[in-house]
Amino acid sequence: MNSAELAPSTETMLLNLGPQHPSTHGVLRVWLELDGEVIVNADPDIGYLHRGIEKMCENRTYHQCLPLTDRLDYLAGTANNFGFVLAVEKLLGVEVPKRAQYIRVLLAELTRISSHLFWLGTHGHDLGAMTPLFFAFREREELMDLFEMVWGGRLFPCYLRIGGLAADLPEGFVEKAWDFVKKFPERIKDYHNLLTKNRIWIARTKDVGVLTKEEALDWGWSGPMARGSGVDWDIRRDTPYSSYQDFDFKIPLGTNGDTYDRYLVRMEEMVQSNLICRQVLEKMPSGDINVNDPTVILPPKEKVYNTIEGLINHFLLIEKGITPPKGEIYQAIEAPKGELGFYIISDGSPHPFRVKVRGPSFVNLSPTKVLAKGRLLSDLIALIGTMDIVLADVDR
Amino acid sequence: MDTVTEKLQTQFPEAIVAIYEFRGDTTVTVKPEQLVAVCQFLRDDPETSFKYLSAVSGVDYYPASPRFAAVYHLYSHQYKKRFALKAFCANDEVPVLPSVVPVWSTADWHEREAYDLVGIKFSGHPDLRRILTPPECEGYYPLRKDYPQEGY
Repeated sequence: MNSAELAPSTETMLLNLGPQHPSTHGVLRVWLELDGEVIVNADPDIGYLHRGIEKMCENRTYHQCLPLTDRLDYLAGTANNFGFVLAVEKLLGVEVPKRAQYIRVLLAELTRISSHLFWLGTHGHDLGAMTPLFFAFREREELMDLFEMVWGGRLFPCYLRIGGLAADLPEGFVEKAWDFVKKFPERIKDYHNLLTKNRIWIARTKDVGVLTKEEALDWGWSGPMARGSGVDWDIRRDTPYSSYQDFDFKIPLGTNGDTYDRYLVRMEEMVQSNLICRQVLEKMPSGDINVNDPTVILPPKEKVYNTIEGLINHFLLIEKGITPPKGEIYQAIEAPKGELGFYIISDGSPHPFRVKVRGPSFVNLSPTKVLAKGRLLSDLIALIGTMDIVLADVDR
Repeated sequence: MDTVTEKLQTQFPEAIVAIYEFRGDTTVTVKPEQLVAVCQFLRDDPETSFKYLSAVSGVDYYPASPRFAAVYHLYSHQYKKRFALKAFCANDEVPVLPSVVPVWSTADWHEREAYDLVGIKFSGHPDLRRILTPPECEGYYPLRKDYPQEGY
């Protein structure tokens, strides 16, 4: 029975959820009209974290835009870098060597696991389950250690470069990555034990936030959100980029399109990402990591110090930046939260004329008012959790 | 030329203003009056089947005229194909485009964002308000080219 029919009819009340509230995952404010505990109207008010990243890009060279993209979805920094460098490479018409592609895939998939672990911990925590947070963060911490080996920090990688990578993988990384990849499937069983058959968890998530397949497409849902509704679509498989066609992986699908199905989809996605990591580590080719194009990638230091051509290349790239041809392109990747797209217009100068970021969180959040209407206030908390939003990605 | 463009040329010969191809991406510029009809056709025709609107990007081409445009990034799950539609606003002073919310619900927030940051008004939009910047910023559109990039 619809919960709205059960509630007594009274005067409605206005309530602010957020912007400072632990369950809103940052600075989301939801303006609520409540009839008792039943939501009559829910209007998300976003923009508290709007930093004008798209505008800032117009004043910078393409390389200088790269650290800005770290700050989009800060739980999956490498995925944002990945989307941006692929877009600029498409604009330039270059393709990076196989080894760089594999390393990018490896880091992107580890990032996906790390992002999903964060979602699992916080989503569980929002709905009153304390332990998943500790379990998920245990593994996330190991991933953070791995990331720290590669780019020296935890959250903001900026490790990918237009035309390649900042450096090759550090010594000892592959062994440590193997350790993680081997033990992770066992760890996932721990999470399943905690939640999958937990009666409270099922009661809080089943039939909450249901969108059918058609509605999910109409509302622009992508990634695990769409797959939870049964949309058989994964950008990695359907329009492969960066050698994803070399790896075998399954696309988990939900049937009911509710919060519980999306939970199962994301859990299985972690398994599949782990499988991709395993294949990357097995097949990792050797060779160069950067394109052999002096107009795109900085020359090695010995060339800068010892040859005049190297010095000139270095200065041109640092002082002027790369200059893609005039044109406009759209490049989308499968980020942990869905389709992350970059639309770049180049006027032939070293600065992008326009950069549009299609953030998955922004679109996933948009049907809130449809999903929350007639539901209980506590269902809204489950909804925000299942959308896996990062407000930095919503507001940009 | 790809099949979608050919299809549009036969169906809407007078609506197409320009066809642009670059690095495998096709962008077709259409007249704003025909925009909704073209979108509806692309969504419903079984040979195109663009059920999915990825994004709407507002663009300011200053100092060129017509100055404002919206770009609609479409995706067809059936044919695994991307396609972009572009429509320029006829008036540079008061840029207006028809809303495509009746075609794709997701356009709601995308159009609000384009209105907020670039200042394109979408006629027929059910709830056209600022979305990222505060409501009291009336008259300021940060992604316009005449809005300073720093030190404002």
